Amino acid sequence: MTHELPMEFDAFTKSTGEWLKGTGPESDIVMSSRVRLARNLAHFPFISRASEQDRTDIERFLRERIATAPLGKELEYIDVGHLESLDRQLLVERQLISREHAEAQGARGVAIDKLEQVSLMVNEEDHLRIQCMHSGLDLHGAWEQIRVVDEQIGKVVPYAFHERWGYLTACPTNVGTGIRVSVMLHLPALVITRQIDKVFRSLQKISLAVRGLYGEGSQAMGDFYQISNQTTLGRTEEELVEQVGDVVPVLIDYERRAREFLVRETSQNVHDQVSRAYGILRTAQTITAEETMQLLSRVRMGVLLGLLGNVDIAQLNSLLVRTQPAHLQKIRGIELDTKDRNIERARYLRQHFG
Amino acid sequence: MKCQQCDKQAVFHITELETGEVRELHLCEDHARAYLNQSEGGGGSENEPSGGGLTGPLTVGQTADELAVLDKKACDMCGITFFEFRNLGRLGCPHDYSQFEKELEPLIANVHGATTHTGRRPDRGSTGLPESTAELTSLIGLRRSMQEAIACEDYEVAKQIRDTIRGIEERWLGTGRP
Repeated sequence: MTHELPMEFDAFTKSTGEWLKGTGPESDIVMSSRVRLARNLAHFPFISRASEQDRTDIERFLRERIATAPLGKELEYIDVGHLESLDRQLLVERQLISREHAEAQGARGVAIDKLEQVSLMVNEEDHLRIQCMHSGLDLHGAWEQIRVVDEQIGKVVPYAFHERWGYLTACPTNVGTGIRVSVMLHLPALVITRQIDKVFRSLQKISLAVRGLYGEGSQAMGDFYQISNQTTLGRTEEELVEQVGDVVPVLIDYERRAREFLVRETSQNVHDQVSRAYGILRTAQTITAEETMQLLSRVRMGVLLGLLGNVDIAQLNSLLVRTQPAHLQKIRGIELDTKDRNIERARYLRQHFG
Repeated sequence: MKCQQCDKQAVFHITELETGEVRELHLCEDHARAYLNQSEGGGGSENEPSGGGLTGPLTVGQTADELAVLDKKACDMCGITFFEFRNLGRLGCPHDYSQFEKELEPLIANVHGATTHTGRRPDRGSTGLPESTAELTSLIGLRRSMQEAIACEDYEVAKQIRDTIRGIEERWLGTGRP
């Protein structure tokens, strides 16, 4: 079944966020670097205890105060509570809001800058979740940016703060700094050589969490993994940025070595896998989002290993998001069921690779 | 209540918090000891993440009676009980961190391996906002008391509370409304 969709979100379908540009340091393996801070107002209950009126008051208070904060960049405020489900899903696919924020109830919103580097989620699990996302390995750049945004908002908003516990959050797992530092890595060679589980077990031993592409609770798709800190109290923000930052070069080294191994020892096999993936993406008549992600991942590795020419990495990165269900439907301007989406996705991919 | 591992009476009630997920365990003395040794000894299976204390117990070794008393303790501001927090895994308001400080301490120590913030502090700028936000947080309790007074048709009390609320709002937020 199909019907015409409203067009307000068209601008989103014509561009991609800065984090997908594939331009930052080590961007062959590190897709993006993200820092988020959890903050709450001192004079309202946390969200799970807030009444409908509280949520409305929190949303209005934060919306008005954020508008007056000298952030040095223009932000567009989107009233998420009044968006259609598909538009909310679009924001999730672009990593501008979380799945929980999209599916929540009541007054809530998000303020986004033009480059889609900064996003301020209002009434998520905490009253305010600030996020900065950069392309490639740039945790320090993301931290510096979010530090300034947080500082400016903190001057006009009474953040809940406790002498001993630091910034107070709805869940004690975030208390203290309220910081979550994460990098999204593309690790296909570690997956193919079956070393990925061993790597993840080592990460868990040093208090780092591993998640899929779309955050908490999401499964890893297409060999993309998010590595982030688990603890938020007892160390400074800079130390926590370092904790994640220190492990990334090690993971990059493992992945590079695994890629070299694949080329050296199983050259024909890898070339065959990559070429087949490319072949399917160019010719399939119907294809799921999961299979697309998996094949794009293999093609991305093939391009970086020099096995495929004439394919642009930024375009591949962009396709990872643009072949997601909400993007596909917004690009086509019609609502589609799963079966029709798979047909449209295949058509879209053929156009791009044709 | 029976132990989840055998037919004996459960005397240990343990709440675990794993990245926001709450899990309750009700165990007899023998199984509780085995469980606690396993989570503290670091000798667990390979699949058990051992870092960060995230899989460690939230409250350790409380008897059912102690836990029952603790569960009834409620926040003066938002009214959430410790029982509600244990079930939900989310606190009710900023004051809970003061109200339940003693109870939260072992939990937070387990999750973070630390109990004191050493990071940044809010720069309140020239707004005159206090660094400690306790007075602002008292608004949560005052609003609740006002609603209760209205429900009891005690309008004189409600009016007094409303004036107190306005005073605090004007002092710290520069507005009569939040």
